[in-house]
Amino acid sequence: MVTTEHPRQLADSYDVTIVGGGPAGLAAAVGARDQGAERILLVDRDPTPGGILLQCIHSGFGLHTFGEDVTGPEYAHRALEQVVDHDVDVLTDAYVTDASSDLRLKLMSPSTGVATVDTSTVVLAPGARERTRGAIRIPGERPAGVMTAGLAQAMVNLHGRLPGRRAMILGSGDIGLIMARRLTLEGVEVAGVCELLPYPSGIGRNVVQCLEDFDIPLHLSTTVVDIHGRDRLEGVTIAPVDDDRRPVMSRSAHVPCDTLLLSVGLIPDAELAQRLQLRLDPVTGGPVVSSTMETSRPGVFAAGNGVHVNDLADWVSREAQVAGAAAGDLALGRHRPLEDVHVTPGHNVGYVVPHTLSTSRTQTVSFRVKEPIHGDTILRIGDVHRRKVRAVVPAEMITLKVGPKLLDGCAGDTLRVDAIPAGQEEA
Amino acid sequence: MGEPHVHDVLILGGGAVGTTLARALSRFDLDVVLLEAEAEVAFGVSKANSGIIHSGLHAPGDTLKGRLEYPGNRGWHQLHEELGFGFAPVGETLVAVEEAELATIESIRQQGVDKGVPGTQPWTPQQALDAEPNLNRDLAGAVWVPTAAVINPYEAVMLVADAAQRNGVRIEVEQPVIAIDPVDAHRPDAPLIVHTPAGPWHGRYVINATGLFADEVAAMAGVPGLTIRPRKGEEYLLDRRVEGLVHSIVFPAPRPTSKGTLVIPTVDGTIMVGPTAHEVDDKWDTSTTEEGAAEVFANARRLVPVLNERDVIAEFAGLRPVAQTGDFVVGPTERPGFINAAGILSPGLTAAPALADHLVDILADQGLALVETTDWDPTAPHPVRFAGRSTDEQRRLAADDPRYARLVCRCELVTEAEVREAISRGARTLDGLKFRTRAGMGRCQGAFCTWSCLTLLAEGLDVPVTAVTKRGGDSWIVCERDDQPEPDATGGDQPELDAAGSSVAW
Ligand SMILES: Cc1cc2nc3c(=O)[nH]c(=O)nc-3n(C[C@H](O)[C@H](O)[C@H](O)COP(=O)(O)OP(=O)(O)OC[C@H]3O[C@@H](n4cnc5c(N)ncnc54)[C@H](O)[C@@H]3O)c2cc1C
Ligand SMILES: Cc1cc2nc3c(=O)[nH]c(=O)nc-3n(C[C@H](O)[C@H](O)[C@H](O)COP(=O)(O)OP(=O)(O)OC[C@H]3O[C@@H](n4cnc5c(N)ncnc54)[C@H](O)[C@@H]3O)c2cc1C
Repeated sequence: MVTTEHPRQLADSYDVTIVGGGPAGLAAAVGARDQGAERILLVDRDPTPGGILLQCIHSGFGLHTFGEDVTGPEYAHRALEQVVDHDVDVLTDAYVTDASSDLRLKLMSPSTGVATVDTSTVVLAPGARERTRGAIRIPGERPAGVMTAGLAQAMVNLHGRLPGRRAMILGSGDIGLIMARRLTLEGVEVAGVCELLPYPSGIGRNVVQCLEDFDIPLHLSTTVVDIHGRDRLEGVTIAPVDDDRRPVMSRSAHVPCDTLLLSVGLIPDAELAQRLQLRLDPVTGGPVVSSTMETSRPGVFAAGNGVHVNDLADWVSREAQVAGAAAGDLALGRHRPLEDVHVTPGHNVGYVVPHTLSTSRTQTVSFRVKEPIHGDTILRIGDVHRRKVRAVVPAEMITLKVGPKLLDGCAGDTLRVDAIPAGQEEA
Repeated sequence: MGEPHVHDVLILGGGAVGTTLARALSRFDLDVVLLEAEAEVAFGVSKANSGIIHSGLHAPGDTLKGRLEYPGNRGWHQLHEELGFGFAPVGETLVAVEEAELATIESIRQQGVDKGVPGTQPWTPQQALDAEPNLNRDLAGAVWVPTAAVINPYEAVMLVADAAQRNGVRIEVEQPVIAIDPVDAHRPDAPLIVHTPAGPWHGRYVINATGLFADEVAAMAGVPGLTIRPRKGEEYLLDRRVEGLVHSIVFPAPRPTSKGTLVIPTVDGTIMVGPTAHEVDDKWDTSTTEEGAAEVFANARRLVPVLNERDVIAEFAGLRPVAQTGDFVVGPTERPGFINAAGILSPGLTAAPALADHLVDILADQGLALVETTDWDPTAPHPVRFAGRSTDEQRRLAADDPRYARLVCRCELVTEAEVREAISRGARTLDGLKFRTRAGMGRCQGAFCTWSCLTLLAEGLDVPVTAVTKRGGDSWIVCERDDQPEPDATGGDQPELDAAGSSVAW
């Protein structure tokens, strides 16, 4: 058991303050310390750091970071151990409610009350929140039993209670897929998973291991069009959708169930980013960042699901380590690398993170495609990098390493990132 | 069997009408019981509406609803001072989008002037745009009405009920009235006997304030001729991102095709658009519809073009209880002692405090002796809303009670102290807690705080979490695993890193 002692007395000021103690925040703290920053504070609103990992009790984490397959809580445990070894102040049960442009953070916790701290740099690692029923506007009644898949996951895995007895799942995001399996193992009947798109939005591994292995039907191009039940959910109406994603009501069907889980996407939690008036990427919903994960406000860094939604915690840790290291460097007065190249999404690419690159260092470019390509695919970064891959799907984030050699002579350029079916490059 | 206890007044229904009446009667030396069918007061029409305390302009002066509108508006101003629920006197901008509508808005203004509503002002398009820059740039003119306000209707009704209770009124929830005994031919003046599943209640006077069900309850009392038809109104709440889009309640000139979709800055700073107005058959049909959303946004965009359906975070519908006359149906009936307060459609919320005074007069007329008590307290401690306080005040609150520094709802910044206070003042369900504190009302819609709210309710009510409901009845939220003995309701839920990793893994 890793214990984190509350700093009884918060210092008035810190070199680096990290908001959020998920894998992003934990890795950022280590990154900052490794760079030599002395006074580091990590704030997390839960009683134990670890973020969303604590409720992900399945395995599938850590292959890249620790070289072995571990569960979410184990991953969090190891990351937290490193932080504790690195002698970082960890304040839990604490929520950062506001941040001013001169980097004064306002926070509240039972052990400190309402307090402010000044910090030279800050890393925002608040994670993401789930899209809700309101955000996707399902008409119908409003009974108990309609909830996000993540809430159901917390109920089952952290609190030992079931969200219901017979569940329908709307959306084939990873949390929904994982919960389909989890609930089945808990003895809850899972009637099926509906997905509006013609392809699943979770990763392939989860479709196989969580649905197919358990004979749970996946209804593609299908959605929930009505919700029934006065007190508790009694059933939903589902209907296939046409090519314009409009429901075909003549083919609708009633599914009796007492629970509807929504797994319809995550959105970066941009609360503090908005208060700091950071430039946001309209596609990701998270802040625009440089190759060291610095945002449009100098000294403010961001990492993890608070920037863009990652499918692997390992990527989060890697990206956040960079952010923490750069925040540490800046706090110690070292110069930041020159950001002299822009990257933008091009053909069939939804978004690219980071938004600028430096010709002087090696960095990772992450992006997602908009539509799946089932055959050989060419991935291109401007005309400096071209690579053939087998297939691409929106559910799986693509990462490419880009170094100074590759970017030689690109200073001042804007590079487009494209994903094109092989053979169609000219068109 | 001894003589049954006879209450002076039984109020049936704990909506805006029933609770303001309970509060009005609480200043007299009377034995009053309010019987509410649902798990909490304000769970009927009074929770699902536009939350507007109307300016006084809108209902014609020759109707009862028109006469009570402006006095009711003043009444809410006073109740707000006394009890401190969410209330903001934001005013109203009545907009003529087309030239042809200018005459309509002027005649509505004149109707208000005739009813004694002060301060109305005709505005040029430029004046309107200066005040509300997001209005349709092509508007023809507007009327400014300073007297309109917005309110948290559920919180207000709940605090009014709390105030009545503090002054001795008994409020009994989960007491649906299922029967009323017929007149005793030998003793026509005998008290009325009202039945709920818990037993009979005897009352000298019975006020029927049961909203949508007032016709059924009247029929139970042998009072025929009342029909209540539900008229649905859908409302759409937008994300905080669009906070400040409008500063006052924006009304269109009513058109023959639609009574008008409003753009409303709620007390909590969010924007709400609605309502629709369509007759439905089912008194429980509070579903929202695809068509309703389309209608609301099409109409609202005529007023404020930048409104976007994509910003919706929550939606709901309410049903207006509409009697045949289209006006309030208030007064004594052929059944001695049985008094209707029915057909309370819009502006019923606004009118409620004035309607309560009107009902007190009717009761006095009917022979109820009204003797003021000496210890009546019109005020009650105002609930603390942490999020609205200055940093210094927040510091002081947290220093005195660390539970003010523990966050329960992060979207709306609701603290544990506020949740506990709401439970101590009557919250028994997740919805009741939400209506009182806003926990779960923000953009994540409870994904983050539901579990904390559940455990705090379970602790406060001393029941297992599985017994806590969303809004009473069968609206349970979680159930036990099959294979496990009943775990304790509250303890041991915070995961320790090790425990979460090993004990629950499958
Ligand atoms: C169901 C599910 C299954 C997954 N499966 C896998 C898998 O098999 N393998 C894999 O590698 N990855 C998986 N992932 C992805 C991985 O868990 C996430 O990408 C990763 O946890 C994101 O890390 P983060 O630190 O950005 O955010 P989070 O883990 O969400 O952490 C954010 C933390 O910040 C805190 N916080 C936020 N705002 C504040 C504030 N203002 N003040 C204080 N604290 C704050 C939060 O409480 C939280 O603790 C899965 C994710 C989910 C949801
Ligand atoms: C969409 C919409 C928007 C509106 N907007 C506004 C506005 O902005 N401003 C305004 O002034 N007005 C507005 N109104 C009107 C206003 O909401 C109503 O006039 C008002 O709430 C009616 O209050 P009530 O107490 O009569 O009814 P209710 O609040 O419905 O109270 C009746 C109570 O009786 C209970 N009950 C029912 N049957 C029984 C039984 N058998 N036994 C015991 N209890 C029973 C119910 O559970 C309920 O709690 C709006 C209405 C709608 C639908």
